Amino acid sequence: MFSNRKNKSDENPYLPKPARIVKTLPQIPDHQLFQIRFEEQEMAETFKYRPGQFMMLSVVGTGEAPFSISSSPTRPGIIEFCVRRIGHVTDALFKLPPNALVGIRGPYGNGFPIEKLQGNNLLLVAGGLGMAPLRSLLWYTLDNRSKFKDVILMYGAKNPDDMLFKYELVNLIDRTDVKCLLTVDKKDKSAIWKAHVGVVTTLFDFVDINPSDTYAAICGPEVMFKFVLDALLKRDFSKDRILMSVERNMHCGVGKCGHCMIGYKYTCLDGPIFTYWDAINLPEMV
Amino acid sequence: MKIVTLPKENFTEFIEHLRAFGEIHAPTKRSEKSIVFAPVSDLSEIELNYTRTILPLKKYFFKPVDVMFNFCPEKGYEVPIEEADKKYVIFGVHPCDIHGLKILDLVFGGRYADTYYLTRRGKAAIIGLDCIADDLCFCRSTGTDFVDSGFDLFLSDIDNSYLVRVGTSLGDDIVRAADTLFHEVDKEDRDAYKRKSIQRRESFRTEIQLQDLPEIIDLEYENEVWQEVGRKCLSCGTCSMVCPTCYCYAVFDGLKLDASSGQRKRRWDSCLFKDYALVAGGHNFRAERASRVKNRYFHKQRGFVSQYGRPSCVGCGRCKAHCPAGIDIVDVVTALRSEIRV
Repeated sequence: MFSNRKNKSDENPYLPKPARIVKTLPQIPDHQLFQIRFEEQEMAETFKYRPGQFMMLSVVGTGEAPFSISSSPTRPGIIEFCVRRIGHVTDALFKLPPNALVGIRGPYGNGFPIEKLQGNNLLLVAGGLGMAPLRSLLWYTLDNRSKFKDVILMYGAKNPDDMLFKYELVNLIDRTDVKCLLTVDKKDKSAIWKAHVGVVTTLFDFVDINPSDTYAAICGPEVMFKFVLDALLKRDFSKDRILMSVERNMHCGVGKCGHCMIGYKYTCLDGPIFTYWDAINLPEMV
Repeated sequence: MKIVTLPKENFTEFIEHLRAFGEIHAPTKRSEKSIVFAPVSDLSEIELNYTRTILPLKKYFFKPVDVMFNFCPEKGYEVPIEEADKKYVIFGVHPCDIHGLKILDLVFGGRYADTYYLTRRGKAAIIGLDCIADDLCFCRSTGTDFVDSGFDLFLSDIDNSYLVRVGTSLGDDIVRAADTLFHEVDKEDRDAYKRKSIQRRESFRTEIQLQDLPEIIDLEYENEVWQEVGRKCLSCGTCSMVCPTCYCYAVFDGLKLDASSGQRKRRWDSCLFKDYALVAGGHNFRAERASRVKNRYFHKQRGFVSQYGRPSCVGCGRCKAHCPAGIDIVDVVTALRSEIRV
């Protein structure tokens, strides 16, 4: 299945490359982590990407859709996508048999400006499925721990049963090299949840942040952006130290089909990571 | 630039001569009011004095529906094989449409070059032809009433002859291969060209002020005009289909009836269609019609300037000519500038 062609500049940019779903890890209802590996050995070993980038994933016979990468490039070989079963492509993806072949192409988009972030404190704020792209950045910073100052993660979910990567993240709570703050809007009935309860912005009460040497990276549902932005601006964050990962309809991923255009930027080429300054200068963004 | 003349008595022979360089496509009459680019077998089929065709040239390079890949479970995705090396000569292209192609070249070229578009583009010779504007043309305002590149040959009517500008090495090959048809330019030709140039300039009756339009559009982002145009607009997407620079497309997979194989295709899309900015899960970033209309103008006149240094409108007048609701870009821009109701 699939032609195994090397990545050449004159090749068809839309051609999906064969990759195998080597493992699926159920997360919460209708959410799975797909571990995918390029079928071609050399491609699998040499594939490079940045945290915050995305790929186009094809299910043969159904279609293609963009997915942000949830794994960190510091752990090569396997690419991970945390997927919510929500449309026809994701539905087909969930129905695939074990070890199925899919098509992937990319990585696309700008990703997080890693070079700029180094030497600074990092504040990661995620809500719901927004943890998917931020997980890549989280593990990247923890795997390159000496290159960053304080690392803080704030992650909010509706309730404990809706928290993605729950066990992985709970294990970070006791670590001293990262401040992992988890919260849920509502406690579960069994009251097993021992961490914070409240919307994600209430976590700001537990941290002391110096905005002059901190970058904030935000991803989550539209409503969350507004409240987190308010909290950051109240703490005097500069608008270009706030990084947002955004979602749009995409058909090509390479700046041609037009769908992801916001004002005068393509989410697929100029994003999906935008600074808040970009955002306020782009109509329709906030 | 090399310039020669082609006496009109040699014109028939010139068209015949072009056949050696590919299948000839030219503006032809489909019905009383409709002109289309189509293959021609005889010179008499060519409409030399047309104003605009229904569809611009994008239909040749960026097809309305295009097969991107054939796929099946065994072989995965395979690029379909095109008609090998079939060449085309597209004759009679007006300056606005040549500018339209140059804009599409920018979009489909670049970092992720679109192989479908560029391969076909490389197989077609473009022979331009000058024109006399009608009331719908505003290419003088968009700076696209004249071209100095993007064609292999460009013909300007100077009464008894055509002045022929040679734009590329292929254009030069065409001229050299039939050099008895062409003459050197003399003083009489130069005077005739200058006289014609004035006549052509005077044919423009419609003007819009585009110079600082990007700033005006930013200032008038909340203008009531957008709501009014939104109320008129039918979201039919006709303006996008006939636009020489609208390049949006949607990708979809289709299966054969026995589901054993299928094709990934793309088709022209329009930012005016309701589902254009719809994402899985049901959120629509442009659910309101007014927001979609505004986005189209914003992208053409403001967004494209930031990205590529010029607006993507070439003033061909097709959107005005074909809009079933009678929306006129000139009225919209005038209203934005001076608050005159559309």
